Amino acid sequence: MEGSEAIAEAAVVAGCRFFAGYPMTPFTEVLEHFAVKLPKVGGVCINAESELEAVGMAWGAVATGNRAATGSTGQGLSLMQESFSEITMAELPIVLFNIARGQYDYYQSTRGGGHGDYRQIVLAPMDVTEAVEHCQLAFWLAEKWRNPVLFMGDYLLTHTYEAVEVTEIDYGPVPDKPWAVDGSSSGTLDAKLVSSLGFDKVGRPHVGPQAHWLRLAEKWAVMREQEQRSETAFCDDAEVIVVAFGTLAKFVRYVVKELRAEGHRVGYVRPITLWPFPEPAVAAAASGSHVRTVAVLENNAGQMIDDVRLSVLGRCPVVAIGGISTDGSGFGMGALLDPAVVRERILSALEPVSA
Amino acid sequence: MTVTPVYLRTDVAPSEPSRRIVDDRPRLLLTDEHDMCPGCGEPLAVRCFCEAIEDLGQGNNVIVVAGIGCYTTFSMSLAIDTVQALHGRAPSLATGVKRMKPDTVVFTLQGDGDMVNEGLQEVIHTAARGEHITCILVNNGVFGETGGHMTATTVLGQRTKNSLEGRDPDYHGYPILIGDMLAPLQGTVYCARASVHNPAGVARAKRYLKKAFETQIARQGFSFVEILTMCPTGWFIPTNEGPAYMDEVMGEVHVTGELKVDGVLRTTEDLKAEWARKAAEAAARGGGPSFDVEHTPEGGEV
Repeated sequence: MEGSEAIAEAAVVAGCRFFAGYPMTPFTEVLEHFAVKLPKVGGVCINAESELEAVGMAWGAVATGNRAATGSTGQGLSLMQESFSEITMAELPIVLFNIARGQYDYYQSTRGGGHGDYRQIVLAPMDVTEAVEHCQLAFWLAEKWRNPVLFMGDYLLTHTYEAVEVTEIDYGPVPDKPWAVDGSSSGTLDAKLVSSLGFDKVGRPHVGPQAHWLRLAEKWAVMREQEQRSETAFCDDAEVIVVAFGTLAKFVRYVVKELRAEGHRVGYVRPITLWPFPEPAVAAAASGSHVRTVAVLENNAGQMIDDVRLSVLGRCPVVAIGGISTDGSGFGMGALLDPAVVRERILSALEPVSA
Repeated sequence: MTVTPVYLRTDVAPSEPSRRIVDDRPRLLLTDEHDMCPGCGEPLAVRCFCEAIEDLGQGNNVIVVAGIGCYTTFSMSLAIDTVQALHGRAPSLATGVKRMKPDTVVFTLQGDGDMVNEGLQEVIHTAARGEHITCILVNNGVFGETGGHMTATTVLGQRTKNSLEGRDPDYHGYPILIGDMLAPLQGTVYCARASVHNPAGVARAKRYLKKAFETQIARQGFSFVEILTMCPTGWFIPTNEGPAYMDEVMGEVHVTGELKVDGVLRTTEDLKAEWARKAAEAAARGGGPSFDVEHTPEGGEV
């Protein structure tokens, strides 16, 4: 199954019943598969007139208590940022897909371009198999925390065929949704208000923005502690720790194993959640006296390296071994996406630093 | 439909004592109070849709998506399940709500800045899709919440805080008649413009809203009702002059009437011609009250 189809299938299996999007390479095929799959299960997929409307539609759908999602490339998500911020403040469990182009969008997904304080869990699968898990995990985490969850993919992920079986994963119960609107509370004192400002209907205690935003900040602090996910390997005696996520991390895993077999003392940390960033895992890997360098491999001019530095906190030098690398169209990855190139970059970090 | 005009008798004592309007608070309002300025037309518009929904027996089956403007405070005081949208984005949210809850009555509450400025493409595409929702525009021709700034519906010559010498077409461009843009779309089944500057207008607004909701309940397509509301604060006029300003300035451009009903399409120019014809007929009768059957509220007292 192609990655894009596996993503849509996993979302449907997870109970997603609404999707709205706007075609944009390399996200388009995800939209196409939702358009085919959702009507078959009584769901709805709308080809929205812009990304602004797409996120609005999904916002409305999720406010009714249904599982709903939207997505695009990073460019399309740029348009949606105002809504992401408000939806997060309104505590609605929407799932967002970023099928990023070659520029990658670490900053956008973890810092966001929206206003005010807001945080979204960001899952970055390395391959289609993991994407099928993450897609379902995203809907579960969103409802668990009443908070948007962003799924971070790319051109290779959505256009790679892998033998995967999409079966339902039971992550456990989720909270009830007394906040969901269905019209039946209208005409009563229990009428509902889904708002980002912390206000409620007349006659009920108003929390207001100050207390509401404080409470959200406290929620995100708990999420930051509890939802970090990462994979660490070969770090016990490593001189160089490579940090990479998503598609590039899949290449790093392969190359590091190869280098280990050749006797090189290299390990890796793969952040699976980009937010919350697995700071303790990176810090632990970088703490040993054997560690000379932490090398960050990412497909941009240096974005995740900030979080790596904030985790390493000066324990050892942090260097960038990736960089801008795109194909001619700007949609896919360039020369960096090659085990031989990744190997060469990691070896360069292994070279002793000249005095 | 023939309606006999009922004239208010002033030569005899009323048959029942007068009532305070507050005692007739609609069930869909949680409070007797509102946060609007004195003379504002928006509370009247809110009352109209509350009553229309109740008259149709949908009071326990309705969801509103509110935009951002002065009227946003009604998000808190309406006894209606509410989703608060961003400025301009209510039609897309209402689309998502309706698609997931197709058996409920779903409507948006938006101002002219919200719908005709920032959210113009949203409402047009929602109409074109024939989405089974009702979009309600409370149009006062000004950004009231920010303190009286020009919107896309501000009429030529109107003075606002950013058109101090009056809206100049060469400099600021022309107002948009949103109803005329929505009515011709195939997805639109009902489209009307009302005003709440006098009792007849209020009754008409409520009647238009009922028709709009009825088309939605019958799953015929998209419906739209624009309600012209007074904003003496944003118009920089004395409070009691609001209705007259509406009649003489805004209402001359945003002419009231039905722009699409039962498949019959009319433009604002057509409505203007009809009103002119009625005025001429009234003048020919020697003036006095002209109770056109088409425009007399059913059984209402005028």
